[in-house]
Amino acid sequence: MGEMEQLRKEAESLKDQIIVARKGFADTTLQEAVAGTAVVSRVQLKTRKTLRGHLAKIYAMHWGAGLTQCVSASQDGKLIVWDTLSTNKVNAIPLKSSWVMTCAYAPSGNLVACGGLDNMCSIYNLKGKDGNVKVMRELASHTGYLSCCRFVSDSEIITSSGDCTCILWDIETGTEKTIFAGHLGDCMSLGVAPDFKSFISGACDYTAKHWDIRDGNCTHTLSGHESDVNAIGFFPNGNGILTGSDDATCKLYDLRSDQELITYQDATIMCGVTSLAPSLSGRLLLAGYDDFNVNIWDALKAERVGVLAGHDNRVSCIGVSSDGMACCTGSWDSFLKIWN
Amino acid sequence: MSSNSNLTNMRRLVEQLRLEASVERIKVSQAAAELQQYCLQNATKDALLVGVPTGSNPFREPRSCSLL
Repeated sequence: MGEMEQLRKEAESLKDQIIVARKGFADTTLQEAVAGTAVVSRVQLKTRKTLRGHLAKIYAMHWGAGLTQCVSASQDGKLIVWDTLSTNKVNAIPLKSSWVMTCAYAPSGNLVACGGLDNMCSIYNLKGKDGNVKVMRELASHTGYLSCCRFVSDSEIITSSGDCTCILWDIETGTEKTIFAGHLGDCMSLGVAPDFKSFISGACDYTAKHWDIRDGNCTHTLSGHESDVNAIGFFPNGNGILTGSDDATCKLYDLRSDQELITYQDATIMCGVTSLAPSLSGRLLLAGYDDFNVNIWDALKAERVGVLAGHDNRVSCIGVSSDGMACCTGSWDSFLKIWN
Repeated sequence: MSSNSNLTNMRRLVEQLRLEASVERIKVSQAAAELQQYCLQNATKDALLVGVPTGSNPFREPRSCSLL
């Protein structure tokens, strides 16, 4: 038997082993485990602020680690840093490339980043000496579009790309520290763990992968979705993974039992999920869909408990502030809304 | 693609599967219990879940103004 044939057989055998192993730990389902818990009562959030200023579709937003600032990116070619309480624009940063698809706010509040069809991640220093916001670094080596980026610290950032890889960058030197390869389709989204030791990625190969930032290994590959995984985020305890897909469902996986726990779906929902964010306690899952709405799910009971209807076009991004006080939605209608 | 790189890719795939197969797992009952406990422990701090009294909602203008 040639080596290729041997390897093929071993691969199939290992895949079967994983399926069997997972079943062995499936002594119950999440549904059964929470059967005695009541569904949360209807959640009705109101728009408290509308952030006006972008002139084209908003593709991404990210809350700062402070409680009230956020950054948004629009294909009008601007990155805007907002004070959400006053709705004032703290910074309006013109971009070299208007084809932006993602933006991120560093936990320190000192830096923001963005990228898109230019295949690069541009880092901007908000706290420069002369008060002007300038490009600090251009991280270029991806061979596909930049779909998402998230800071690990002021000196490291992780990017995901249409070239099917994720990269951990050294911002100081502008070089790649680690390339995370393994996805078989465009990487669409990423999330960093609360302890900053690992991250997760969702891709067009219908899977989510969990990666160790330091040793570069993919520790878990989670399947089940029937189409592209567009959105991904950690459950706040750091052990659960939430995904949103073009198959119109969201899923919750648990890392330590290495399997899917539940699917958030409804026969009346037939459009893709674009974005998601858990509430502070994890009990609520807010997910943005192609039909212009955000559905709010009871994350434990997998029942819809609310809807945010207020945008006139696709909700492309959503985020919950770091103290859980409000959620922000960004839309192709060019507006951001703050809800609570 | 040359047969050499096919072989290399296959070797990498098998190595990756070995890694994923060997991960330590816990029972779903334990994972579910811990998720539920986390939700319960943090419920009262979750403004979107329990609501925010108008007076302490930083995103809401106070309704009444006092004339000084």
